Amino acid sequence: MKVSLFITCLGDAIYPRVGEAMVRVLAQYGVSLEFPKLQTCCGQPAFNSGYWQEARASAKTILDAFEDSDFVISPSGSCTGMIHHYPKLFEADPVQLARAERLRDKSYEFTQFLVNVLGVTDVGASFPHKVTYHPSCHGTRLLGVKDEPMALMSNVRGLTFVPLPFAEDCCGFGGTFAVKMADISGAMVSEKVDHVKETEAEVLVGLDMACLMNIAGNLRYRGEQVRVMHLAEVLAEGAGLA
Amino acid sequence: MSAQKGKATVKERANLALNDEFLVKAVKFTTERLRNGKKNASAEHGNWDEWRERGRQIRLHTIAHLDYYLNLFVENARANGVHVHFADKGEDAVAIAMDIAQRKAAKTVVKSKSMVSEELHLNHALEQIGVEAIETDLGEYIIQLAGEMPSHIVIPAIHKNRYQIADLLSEVAGEKLEADTTVLAGFVRKKLREKFLEADIGMTGCNFAIAETGSMVLFENEGNARMVTTVPKTQITLMGMERIIPSFEDLEVMATLLPRSATGQKLTMYMSAITGPKRMADADGPEEMHIIIVDNGRSLQLGDPEFQELLNCIRCGACLNACPVYRHIGGHAYGSTYSGPIGAVLTPALNKNVAEWDDIANASSLCGACYEACPVKIPLHEMLIYLRRRKVETGNGKAVETAGMKGFAALTGSSAAMKAALAIGKIGQRLVVRGGEIRTRLGPLKGWNSYRVTPSLPRRSFRDRWERLDRELDAKRPPMAPDMKRRMEQIVKERGQGGGGHGGH
Repeated sequence: MKVSLFITCLGDAIYPRVGEAMVRVLAQYGVSLEFPKLQTCCGQPAFNSGYWQEARASAKTILDAFEDSDFVISPSGSCTGMIHHYPKLFEADPVQLARAERLRDKSYEFTQFLVNVLGVTDVGASFPHKVTYHPSCHGTRLLGVKDEPMALMSNVRGLTFVPLPFAEDCCGFGGTFAVKMADISGAMVSEKVDHVKETEAEVLVGLDMACLMNIAGNLRYRGEQVRVMHLAEVLAEGAGLA
Repeated sequence: MSAQKGKATVKERANLALNDEFLVKAVKFTTERLRNGKKNASAEHGNWDEWRERGRQIRLHTIAHLDYYLNLFVENARANGVHVHFADKGEDAVAIAMDIAQRKAAKTVVKSKSMVSEELHLNHALEQIGVEAIETDLGEYIIQLAGEMPSHIVIPAIHKNRYQIADLLSEVAGEKLEADTTVLAGFVRKKLREKFLEADIGMTGCNFAIAETGSMVLFENEGNARMVTTVPKTQITLMGMERIIPSFEDLEVMATLLPRSATGQKLTMYMSAITGPKRMADADGPEEMHIIIVDNGRSLQLGDPEFQELLNCIRCGACLNACPVYRHIGGHAYGSTYSGPIGAVLTPALNKNVAEWDDIANASSLCGACYEACPVKIPLHEMLIYLRRRKVETGNGKAVETAGMKGFAALTGSSAAMKAALAIGKIGQRLVVRGGEIRTRLGPLKGWNSYRVTPSLPRRSFRDRWERLDRELDAKRPPMAPDMKRRMEQIVKERGQGGGGHGGH
């Protein structure tokens, strides 16, 4: 059984601590991950901008990297969601299309794998803090990841959960959207942070570092002290694995 | 026209909206009310996703056999005594309507709400030949007074608050009207009553056209469409060629989906099905009835696998109310009759001029809220990407972006190249990192850092840390519990038998 880690480019370059937390949580259950070094980026920035030929160049590294894997686990619903677009991306190429479909069927976002495959909803963590949660759009809407993080958080000792108002509204990241439409994106992230502040939470939790980088960026810009964490980090820290 | 009309790009128009505090407040207030209404109404009705799927299937089926159902509708409508006209282009529809108005020597036309009429800019054309066109839907009446386009498919004046509306109506009244919704609506009702009585022609849109009976169906809340279709002697109905549904049985599904999705109502105050002009025994109704069936770019979607589903749209506006971008910029920023996510796709698709309209396709973070809200499940968030791709494929990509994406492909096309780039980035960032953060607004970071702080690259990437981490965990990793192992093996086995696919849509 080959279980592979799809770290995502952001997770590799900017947030190695998230991947590490995820690997430590899964190791507790005897999951031995392998890390194929061929992987780069899922290709989403190019795909979403309409540059599909360029997106295919990145996507091929992912197809190659995980060719022999049985399960592919990533700390991002959005990047896993991108893999769900691969069959469309390669629809004109029957060989790659078959590989793309295989990869899609074996790809999981971290909480999907932990809850739905391993059957774990309580990692034995304790995290005595007031926490709010931003459900990232691609994870919830493309992959249907809704109940999994809630189940995991509800079993963390001492965690006080405060619902985020307008939680389902996009944080304004949207990849190149944040650069191309900077002012619309800025208005969206500012409103998201207003809502985070309303909850008076100490920690904002999410499942996608791109969205969290966006929200954390605005929090820091405004001098707010709210801690921003991936759920894997909360679980690892809370279970004393970090 | 509003100030936004003159601006060339969605970005420029959006910036005007973002800086208009009244507009943003008004749009947020009403879209919130509508989307909460929809959420509650759909939850209360239950099995909402099944209803959506049913609606989608009806629309898919109808559009796949549009030639058949359109013929059936026309045959039945003609048998009911309706004059049916076909308009290939917008200007053809305008010419037909003007011709009828001239034959009837019409001085005034009263209109109930019609997005097709807005699409054709019909009021303007009628004015040119000296026919006064009066909008009788309250929201449409307001924007007609203001000389603007609708900024929402269902709530045309969503961008105005009651003080702005009171100012507009006070001008008509010739006295200062109180900014009280009852007072304002009362004034408009009285004013319009005179117009209904003197109008020569009543003009309507069409929510659904029923093939099996040749009926046209209108959903409304103000009763103005009832007046428009009963008082004047002549009725003209404008309908997009895709408004067809096969039968009254299908209308039940649409009547379940449309009002709930649009306003959160179980049903609008009025739902009228009109089958032909006045008959001998009827107490009221027009003596002459015309239906103008408008193509205007719709048939270009037929047979296009990526955009045909656009014709499934029932114009409920739910995607606008759910859209976080629309919420901040309102409808005029989209620069066209149809706004929000549906407008961002429909406008370029109807015009088949992706190059010119591509920029509204960029005004989306692709969050998918539109798809989730859509009562007939149109994948607008995917269509936005297809539009962007078509722009690139036809050589209309922006030079800077094209070069950037080529660079992206070169870097992410190989792990060695990406690793090298990362190493350079770590050295390069020393110029701008202060206390682990990047705050400069130079170059590409200008937009991003105007609202945020950027994290710096850590000294060691995950890739650099992996071997040590893996060794550490190897030493202490417990064996996997047998039930977990069994489950994983079972999943792999089922996948091999074609039982893959989990989650997602």
